[in-house]
Amino acid sequence: MRAGIALMVTDIRRAGVFTAFAFIVGLSATPGAQGRAVGPAPPPASAKARSPLDLTGYWVAYVNKEWRFRMVTPAKGDIVGAFGAIPITRDARRVAEAWDPARDTAAGEACKAYGAAGLMRIPGRLHITWQDDETLRVDTDAGMQTRIFRFTSGSPASGQATWQGESAARWILPTIPRGRVAPLPANAKGAIGAQPGSLEVVTRNLRPGYLRRNGVPYSEQTVMTEYWDVLKEPDGTDWLVITTTIEDPRYLQMPYQTSPAFKREPDGAKWDPSPCSAE
Amino acid sequence: MIRDSVVHFVLVLLFLAVTPASAQIDLTGSWAVRIHEDLEGELLGDYTGLPINDEARARADAYQGAYLSMPDRQCIMFTTHYIVRGPQSLRITSDIDPISGRVVAVGMSGAIDRMPRTIWLDGRPHPSPLARHTAAGFSTGVWQGDTLLVTTTHLAEGVLTRNGVPSSDQATIREYIVRHGDRLTIAMILYDPVYLEEPYLRSQTWVLDPAMQVVPEPCEPTVEVPRAAGEVPHHLPGTNPDLRDVADKYKLPLEGVRGGAATLYPEFRKRARTERPAPAGAR
Repeated sequence: MRAGIALMVTDIRRAGVFTAFAFIVGLSATPGAQGRAVGPAPPPASAKARSPLDLTGYWVAYVNKEWRFRMVTPAKGDIVGAFGAIPITRDARRVAEAWDPARDTAAGEACKAYGAAGLMRIPGRLHITWQDDETLRVDTDAGMQTRIFRFTSGSPASGQATWQGESAARWILPTIPRGRVAPLPANAKGAIGAQPGSLEVVTRNLRPGYLRRNGVPYSEQTVMTEYWDVLKEPDGTDWLVITTTIEDPRYLQMPYQTSPAFKREPDGAKWDPSPCSAE
Repeated sequence: MIRDSVVHFVLVLLFLAVTPASAQIDLTGSWAVRIHEDLEGELLGDYTGLPINDEARARADAYQGAYLSMPDRQCIMFTTHYIVRGPQSLRITSDIDPISGRVVAVGMSGAIDRMPRTIWLDGRPHPSPLARHTAAGFSTGVWQGDTLLVTTTHLAEGVLTRNGVPSSDQATIREYIVRHGDRLTIAMILYDPVYLEEPYLRSQTWVLDPAMQVVPEPCEPTVEVPRAAGEVPHHLPGTNPDLRDVADKYKLPLEGVRGGAATLYPEFRKRARTERPAPAGAR
């Protein structure tokens, strides 16, 4: 280590004053050090304008995991997988074992499996659009639900709990050391590979629903944190992977981790809206 | 003289401080797996969620679990793509060039039957196609923003799942490793022209757990079941009696249990609804 430092010091001494001068010039050339014109600051760019990845369009669910829990409605009490399980509490198990889809339908709660904490794992399609410059809208054909992601700062207005709750969103941009945000290369968005950033979505104020169609519950205390990442492959396939953490102090023993995936579709030709079904 | 050296050294440190590093995110540490999503392929004959073709299905149908009890099979390492959906915690390390300070390689190892792998970040090319294929394969990575994109070639033949669904030595992987706080997600896309109908994405999330020790377990082959010389547990084509078990147990359409790309999309759910319970007569 000492030898390395000595080497660097020797190098810099060889470069002498010129290096130091160049370094200082380099510092002064950074955007933060630029002189600013007198006048009102321009308004900050909108969330839509700042988007580091293009989520808009149609996406189809890719049911590569938990096929038997997702493609069909599992039987009552079929909760634990062959090797893996949702980390539910005893209370949750008791609720799941009392699942009655006819009762849910009669009570007007056929959409309990289509709430935000379960919706992204239901086989179906997403249609993602910008509702306005600060609001991303995600519609699903399965259950005909709508999630609203708000980028505006501050807490969303708290109201009655809903199936999709209230979602606060922000872009996560690539970082360089010490947490500073790196500027996006002009050609980064849309290039092959990982898109330069993620979408973070935190959802609260959820109406109690089901993590699985057969009545595995989540409560009104649930908080769901998602990171949406888009991967563009050379064969032209765009993948959307949503790293999801669901926390529920009432029905989960620990944070529940999933990562559902979707594939981009060229258009809405296969969009097939269907209402919620409790069965 | 000493004062000049100190000034220059401070300048070097400042210069480094404003220079973007080639590796933006530290992936190192112990990452605990969370098996909250049921693993695929744990039951014999269960190929749900796998975009496999007829060749893969035929190989898997011939598989017997006892195959892995043969002394010469017990210590076969799982191939790299298995880690994403195997019940494996991860230990990730990095090799740093002491002069440049750059991360030249990332090491990734698990606890059970996993060959430690190295992901080279120093720009080296992949070897000749004729070079040796291994369970770990040969991996190179590049940073794209905060995501490490890894390309793996030179994989040995292996399995996608523990119930014998195969992967070939022609398979390649493109893998996206992204860290969100104390969560690590790996999304791996497997391209296998021999056994897959289409590219296959697998993903898994791990949680940072500094207290966890991920120590590789040694494997020493032993005779678990006495067998005649040359005996290899298997099923001849059309004789596997277990292929309906999953469909019958969970009342699933047999077509879905047999896998294939068409079964992975929502359209299949409508058929699954109409085809339950599983039709009889497949045995």
